[in-house]
This record gives sequence, C-alpha cells and structure tokens, in this order.
Amino acid sequence: MDVVILSRLQFAITSMFHFIFVPLTLGLSILVAFMETRYVRTGNEVWLGMAKFWGKLFLINFALGVVTGITLEFQFGMNWAEYSRYVGDIFGAPLAIEATAAFFLESVFIGVWIFGWNKVSKTFHAVSIWIVAIATNLSALWILLANGWMQHPVGYVIRNGRAEMVDFLAMVTNPYGLLKFFHTVVSGYVVAAFFVLGISAWHLLRKNRPDFFLPSFRTGAVFGLASLFLVLVTGDFHAVEVAKTQPTKFAAMESVWETRRGAGMSLITIPDPANERNSVEALTIPSMLSYLAFHRADGEVKGLKDFRKDERPPVTPVFLSFRAMVAMGFFMTLLALLSVIVSFRGTVEKHTLLLRVLLYSIPVPYLANQLGWIVAEVGRQPWIVYGIMKTSDGVSRSISAGQVVGSLIGFTLLYGLLGFIDIFLLAKYARKGPDGDLASFIKPASKEA
Amino acid sequence: MEFQIIWFVLWGVLWAVYFMLDGFVLGAGMLHRYLGTTDGERRVIINTFGPVWDGNEVWLITAGGATFAAFPTTYALMFSYLYTALLLLLFALIVRGVCFEFRGKLESDRWKNAWDTAIMVSSFLPALLFGVAFGNIFRGLPMDGAGYHGTFLSLLNPFGILTGVLFVLLFLVHGALYLSVKTTGELSRRAQVTANRFWPWLLAVAALFLVAAYPATRLYENYLAAPLLLAVPLLAVLSLIATRVFSAQGRALSAFAASCATVILVIATGVVGLFPNLIPSSIDPAHSLTIFNSSSSAYTLRIMTVVAFIFVPIVIAYKIWVYRVFRAPVTERDVIEDVQSY
Ligand code: HDD
Ligand code: HEM
Ligand code: HEM
Repeated sequence: MDVVILSRLQFAITSMFHFIFVPLTLGLSILVAFMETRYVRTGNEVWLGMAKFWGKLFLINFALGVVTGITLEFQFGMNWAEYSRYVGDIFGAPLAIEATAAFFLESVFIGVWIFGWNKVSKTFHAVSIWIVAIATNLSALWILLANGWMQHPVGYVIRNGRAEMVDFLAMVTNPYGLLKFFHTVVSGYVVAAFFVLGISAWHLLRKNRPDFFLPSFRTGAVFGLASLFLVLVTGDFHAVEVAKTQPTKFAAMESVWETRRGAGMSLITIPDPANERNSVEALTIPSMLSYLAFHRADGEVKGLKDFRKDERPPVTPVFLSFRAMVAMGFFMTLLALLSVIVSFRGTVEKHTLLLRVLLYSIPVPYLANQLGWIVAEVGRQPWIVYGIMKTSDGVSRSISAGQVVGSLIGFTLLYGLLGFIDIFLLAKYARKGPDGDLASFIKPASKEA
Repeated sequence: MEFQIIWFVLWGVLWAVYFMLDGFVLGAGMLHRYLGTTDGERRVIINTFGPVWDGNEVWLITAGGATFAAFPTTYALMFSYLYTALLLLLFALIVRGVCFEFRGKLESDRWKNAWDTAIMVSSFLPALLFGVAFGNIFRGLPMDGAGYHGTFLSLLNPFGILTGVLFVLLFLVHGALYLSVKTTGELSRRAQVTANRFWPWLLAVAALFLVAAYPATRLYENYLAAPLLLAVPLLAVLSLIATRVFSAQGRALSAFAASCATVILVIATGVVGLFPNLIPSSIDPAHSLTIFNSSSSAYTLRIMTVVAFIFVPIVIAYKIWVYRVFRAPVTERDVIEDVQSY
C-alpha cells in the first residue's frame, strides 16, 4: 500500500474517532448548561442533581474529545505536508483562530466548572458552563469553515505556486462552510438528546428515580425534536449547495448517471457502477430529484457520465451513506415526536416498548453523524480541495509507507484501548444514576464568593 | 517584512509561554508517583494543576496553529520531517490527558497504580522529546533541495540528547517548585527538597548546553553580531541562580516565579539565536527555512496580526483571573470534600 492510501486511512480513522466524542460535547454542554440554569433560577435541587449527573458523563466523554483533537491538529503537517504548504496561507488561519478564540475559552472555563463549585458564585458557575458550551460551538464554526473551504474554495488566488488568501470575509461567509456548520452542530445536539433519552429510558424501565429521569427525559425529547427539525431543514439546504458547487458529489449521493431535466427520484435504487447505470430503479417520484437539488421541479441534474472517470467519487459508499443518513433522520424524528407526546401526556413509563427502542437507539445518531462525514469526505474525492488539488498530490513527500503503517497501528491500538475504557466508564456511571443524597453536593456556604 | 518579524516574535512567545505553563504540569507529572506516597497525596498533586492543565496545553495547539497560519512551509516540513518524534509526542500527550480524568473513576488500587505509572511516563516523554526536537532545530536539520536526509535515530545525536536532558531537568525543578507552592505541610516540604536536589544538575547541564551550543549550532552568530543580546542568556543564568537563592530563603512563591522566568529566558535564548531562521539546514544554508522564505502572504499575516492582537490579551486576562481563583494551595481535605475533583 502506498503512503497516500495509508495516510487517508489514518486521517479517516483518527478524525472519525474524534467525531465519536465531538457531537456529544456539542449538545450535552448545552443541556447541562440549561439544567444548571434552571437550578439557579428555581433553586430546585433536582435540576442541580441533573447538571451534576449528566455533567459527569459529559466530562468522561470530553476527555477523549480533547486528546483526539490534538492528533488532527498535527496531522495536517505530518501526513499532508504538500497540502499544508499549498493551502496553508488560507487554511491555517481558521485553525489558528479556532485555538485562540475558542479552545482557550473552552479549556479554561471547563476547569472553572469542574473545580469551581465552591470558588465562584452559583450564578457564575452556571455562566462558566455556558461559556464552555458557546466556545465548543465556536470551535466547530472555525474548523467547519476550514473544512468548508476545502469543499468549496473561495477568497483565494493561485500565486507564488500556492493558494493565497485575498478575501478573508469571503472565507468566513462561505455559504458552504456556514451550512456545514449549522447542519453539523445540530446533528451533535441530536446525539446528546438521544443519549439523554436512552439513558433515562433505561432507568425508567427499572423504575429508578422517576423524579429525576422524567424531567431529564422531557428535556431530551424536546431538545431532540427541535434539533431534528433543524437537521432536516439545514440538510435540505446543504444538498442544494452541494448540487450547485460539487455536481459530482451530488450525482454520487443520488447515483445519477445521465444528465436530466426534471429528474425523478427512485426510493429504491441499486447502483451498478461497473456498467455506469443503476440495476434497479423503483418507486420513482417524478421531478423530486430536481426539486431537492434546486428547489425547482425543472432543474437540470448533472449525471456522472458528464464527468471524466478519474474525477468521479466512488458511488456506492457515498450513495448508501447518504440514503442511510436521511433514513435515520426521519426515523429519529418519529421517535422524538412520540417521546414529546408521551412526555407531555405524562404517560412515559407506560410505553415500555418506546423506552426500549429509545435505549437501543443511542447509537443511531452517532452512526448518522459518521455516515454524514463519509458522504462529505468520500464524495469530495479525488479532490482534497475541490477542483484545485487532488488528494494524491497533498501527501507528505518525506514520509515512508513503513512510518505510516507504524503510526496507523499505534493509533488503532491506542484509540481502541481508550475508546473501550471510555465506553466502559460511561456505561458504569450512566447505570449508577445520580448520587442519592443531593444535599451532599452543596457544601457549607461559608466558602462561597 | 515587518509582519514576518512580528510573527517571529509571537512564535517565540507562544512556545515560551507554553513551556512555562505546561512545563510545571509535566514536571509535577514526572514527580507525582515519587512525591505522592499515598493515594490522598497523589490526588492532591493532580488537583493542583487539575483546573489549568488543559488551558496550558492549548498554548501548544496555538503554537502549532500559529505556525500553520503564519509560516505554512515550516509547519509542513517540520511536522513531516519529524514524523516519528511527533507521533511519540502525540501518544504521550493523549495518554496524559486521559489519565487525569480516568484515574479516580474506579476504586481499585491496581487501576490507580496503572494510571500513576502512565502519568509519569507520559509526562517524561514530552519533556524529553520537546528538548530533543528543539536541540535539533537549533542544530539544523539535514535538508536540502532534495528533501530531508535524517531519520528518527539521527535526531538522537549528542546535542539533541543534551537539550532533551536540559528540558527534563528544567521541568523537574519547575514542577517541584510549583508543587511546593500549591501544596501544604509535609508534601510541600518534600517538593522543595526535591527541587533543591535537582537544581545543581540543572545548572551543570545548562552550562554544558551553553558551551556545547558554540561548536554544535550557529546560535551564537546573532549574539556575536549584537553583543547586547547576550543579556538574554545571562539573565537566564541569573534567574536560574535566583530560584535556588529564593528557595534557600524559604520563599517558595518567589522561587517559582524565578523558575518561570528561567523557562521563558531559556527558550528566548534559543529563539534569539535562531533569527531569522525557523529551521536552519545543517547541510545547505540556502535551504534553511527562514521567516521570509516560508511565511504566509502579507495579507494573511495582517489578518492574523489583528486576530492575535484582539484575542491574546483577552486570553491572558481571563487566564490570570482563573489562576487567581484557584490560587489557594490544595489540601487532602479539599480533595475528599469535593465530589467533582480528580
Ligand atoms: C463539529 C465539530 C468539530 C470538528 C469537525 C472537529 N472538531 Fe476538534 N473539537 C471539537 C469540535 C470539532 C470540540 C467539540 O470543540 C472539542 C471536542 C472536545 C473538546 O474539548 O473540544 C474538540 C477538541 C479539539 C482539540 C483539543 C482542544 C483542547 O485541548 O481543548 C483540537 C486540537 C481539535 N479539536 C482540533 C481539530 C481538528 C484539527 C479538526 C479537523 C480535522 C477537528 N478538531 C474537527
Ligand atoms: C471530525 C469530523 C470528520 C470526519 C468524521 C471526517 C471523515 C473523513 C473521512 C472518512 C476521510 C477519508 C476519505 C477518503 O479517504 O476517501 C477524510 C479525509 C480527509 N478529511 Fe475529513 N472528516 C472530518 C473532518 C474534517 C475536517 C474538519 C477537515 C479539515 C479541516 C477534514 C479534512 C480531511 C482531509 C485533509 C482528509 C484526507 C484527504 C482525503 O482523503 O480526503 N476532515 N475525512
Ligand atoms: C433529511 C435528512 C438529512 C439531509 C437531507 C442531510 C443532508 C446532508 C448533506 C447534503 C450532506 C453532505 C454535505 C457535504 O457533502 O459537504 C450531509 C452531511 C452530514 N450530515 Fe446530513 N442530512 C440529513 C440528516 C442527517 C442526520 C439525521 C444527521 C445526524 C444526526 C446528519 C449528520 C451529518 C453530518 C455530521 C454531515 C457531515 C458534515 C457536513 O458535511 O455537514 N445528517 N448531510
């Protein structure tokens, strides 16, 4: 295997591993902040207990999010040196801004939140978790603007043998990057919502502390439904942007081979890339595809045959991932809707089937997130920066296949071990439930600032 | 032109502040098993830097990000040339980060002992590797028009190893002094004794480094051209001596402050000598990476300068505030009472 394939594999493994932890951080920070705010406002200690319990799970997850992020920050230089040199003038900026404007806030105030229960006022303690939540989402903004630039490069010229930035504002307002940001963060909220719903369901099935898990359940259900609505809306607009800027990816997402006006969409499709056609197309909704791509029924959808073979992405993984992601989106919307309904009717505990389904659905949004990245990244191939640089040209020249094999094995073993421990600890503390004696959380008021 | 110089200074400052802040966490981590004789003491040690270690590590991420944005060619070549060394560094930093969170999560001696060992190893390795990497950067990497001619093993030359040992000792003293300020009673006393014990070694290795740098590197060229600059290494040595003097007087906080100054000045000594190189070539000076031939465009540097001048002061302000909030020494009672501590 050559350095390019190995480096791609390593980037895929390390970034997808990072993205197991990132989405929960994005959403759960907001939920914990909300819970603690309710406590500060109402003085009701159940909400304090919720902030503590979900906060503990948040921290176990957060640790791995932090340490796996550093890998990615270094990897651009280690494995993708030619890429970094060619586009660093514009691509390095958002990464540096992310660190100065978001990571510092996040890491400093998480310290205040963990260790500051008796050192800062009640209100400021709640403010510090809000700062963490905002900073976390800010960090997502900058990294996704960077990624959005790779997907749809703007605000640059090719000069001095590299891409140089000429319009910072264009990069920051790149519609592709902003849509990516909105779609990705709300997808993270869905992960957090189903995490809270699933764990609450487990306890409710065992009749554990309903006083505690019913409000948790309702918080998760409402947050989940709202987030899913936003996921679907942003996803739809995202698809329009993809059709406009990356026609090869859009064609692969829907497995379209022939260019057509007023193209229909077949609910059942089986791609046959070898023969450049679909072996099965059934249940076709007329003009649907054109509508999805352009929000106009008569838009012209480009087919893959219009592009050179060596500039097309692999169709099957992109197509299947996209379909599965969308299907999961609708499935989860249904679940969230049912959860909201039973929660407001006050009959949650009677619906044991729903509770059981929710428990087993914890991995679904995780999966949808990973599939989304496969659509975005594999669908961009063979480009590392769409239209201006091929992935195979971006790899470092000075590294050997042996080195990358070594690092790949190292990452796989280390990440495997840490991932295993992390999930074990999450499960342990999730099962354990909230600490019985809520009053023990609040220590003598004497030390309060 | 002037933007490259601003960014060179910022680049040096980011590294110096990173080593000043993470240096004491690395040092305390290396000593944690040895100084902490009971589980309670070990928890105290971890909790002295618990609220701040992640924020300190972000200086490294920022140094990396700033190199990427301001000197992309250097970022690309440095990181790919030093692939294996950086990989080991990454593994160590990954393990260190999870240790603190995981260690206290199971009530089992074997579990805790395993993480304690992991903390020691994963604190020692970065200190050593950073030293080896910087030693080699001062020396220059074997690179020319055809690329890089070194290997991981060629980094382990005498000067590289000497710098590695220098960093380890520097952080050991720094971390021990930090612990002497941030803990109480017997533990604090033990930390101070430990700092004093390592100090002569540090002084000796630092002196050796300053001597060896003359034949091994071209760092002195700048100093010989502008002798006034010799104030930087001189102050480094003076502040190193001040650490010991303050420590002997029992002024732990002053000793730690002097140690902070020492770390900053040691890094400054190297960085001043490098200018205008970021990575000199040891075989063909025409292929050295300088701040002029590896920088971003003037436009990008201007944007990044605005960003840095807005955010860095804000960051510094809230970091100082947080250090003030957590200024009190940590005791075993604090650790036991606080449900959420590490
Ligand atoms: C949509 C969100 C998102 C995406 C696509 C990425 N990250 Fe990330 N990253 C986060 C969202 C995030 C976060 C939620 O903000 C994390 C997770 C846990 C944490 O502390 O912050 C984080 C942590 C994190 C850290 C550690 C910060 C610290 O020490 O506190 C680094 C260095 C990176 N990331 C770097 C990257 C790079 C180089 C990426 C791209 C290749 C990347 N992240 C993708
Ligand atoms: C954390 C979420 C992310 C996930 C899960 C993800 C997923 C992937 C996957 C699956 C690949 C392999 C594609 C292939 O080899 O066919 C890949 C490649 C890559 N991605 Fe992403 N990605 C993420 C974020 C990013 C971001 C934010 C950036 C840029 C800032 C980025 C830049 C790259 C690069 C440089 C490669 C290597 C070249 C390539 O194979 O395309 N990725 N990523
Ligand atoms: C109707 C439902 C959905 C639609 C129409 C949709 C649309 C899209 C599109 C077009 C992309 C590709 C963007 C690109 O190539 O750059 C994408 C990516 C992605 N999707 Fe979805 N999506 C839907 C549901 C979901 C759900 C339910 C989740 C997870 C909870 C999710 C998570 C993601 C993620 C993480 C990415 C990668 C980041 C990005 O490119 O934005 N999506 N989605």
